[in-house]
Amino acid sequence: MTRRTLVNALLVLAVVALFAVPLLVDGGASEYGGTDAAVTEELAAGGYEPWFESVFSPAGEVESGLFALQAALGGGVLGYVLGRLHGRRTARPSAAAADPR
Amino acid sequence: MHIAEGFLPAGHALGWTVAAAPFVVHGARAVVKEVRDNPESTLLLGAAGAFTFVLSAIKLPSITGSSSHPTGTGPGAILFRPPVMALLGTVVLLFQALLLAHGGLTTLGANAFAFAVVGPWTGYLVYRLTRGAGAGLLPAVFAGVAMADLATYVTTSLQLALAFPDASTGFVGALVKFLGVFALTQIPLAIGEGILGVLLFRVLTVNARPELERLGVLRPAPLVPTGGAA
Repeated sequence: MTRRTLVNALLVLAVVALFAVPLLVDGGASEYGGTDAAVTEELAAGGYEPWFESVFSPAGEVESGLFALQAALGGGVLGYVLGRLHGRRTARPSAAAADPR
Repeated sequence: MHIAEGFLPAGHALGWTVAAAPFVVHGARAVVKEVRDNPESTLLLGAAGAFTFVLSAIKLPSITGSSSHPTGTGPGAILFRPPVMALLGTVVLLFQALLLAHGGLTTLGANAFAFAVVGPWTGYLVYRLTRGAGAGLLPAVFAGVAMADLATYVTTSLQLALAFPDASTGFVGALVKFLGVFALTQIPLAIGEGILGVLLFRVLTVNARPELERLGVLRPAPLVPTGGAA
């Protein structure tokens, strides 16, 4: 494993720890409701009535599926681009070896 | 940072739409120009859009006991300058407003202003200032990406405080209240997003060096004399 790979792996680990450690320490005491919804609920409790409804409101499970779809689309495109760029670089040394600059 | 559909008074909704629209139109032109002038940028533009697409879909738990999502607009702003993200960010928000009932069409202007305008511009400025102060690429990327995230949520708090000032403490009281909901939860998320930005740029500096040099993110490597073979 090169030093670069090691540092990258440690960075990934740091991100995972940043979100996993609070979850573990908390031990299920928090509900982790969304901040977006927290504000909406507070405004509604204060008597505010939204004057426009969402055109299309997917129900719970469908909504999580669509969120997963959004993440998958983004992750797929990102992975495709990084894979192509990586492939371009790894394909180059052989060409460069045959034709040194 | 999404203000839900219908949750801004009509006047505010219209005002933010008018404020955000020129940035988005300018951003659309910037994207078209970039693709036309530098077709080889298309791949990286796709990566920038995909980064914000995936990050803004992920809801993450925070130490405050509530959850929120990153924005992912920082890397694109650093690579292609902020106008490009005004368009890409708004496309993400439109997707969420239409298909996920997350955010809204009436609040699209306000959300775009926070997510696709203020966030990217703040991130870009912080990145430039940090680099100008002599920091290396990766520390500057960390600062820029994290601040793009945080600035978006601070802007949302400002927008809500303007629309819903507290009965007794007014705008400032409401701002403190909304910042208490959004900004505190967001700090660890912004740090996490900053680390992901650093990871992305670590991969890009190795694999997309020519693009980063052309975009001015990296200085071209000095030509190494190779004994006349050049």
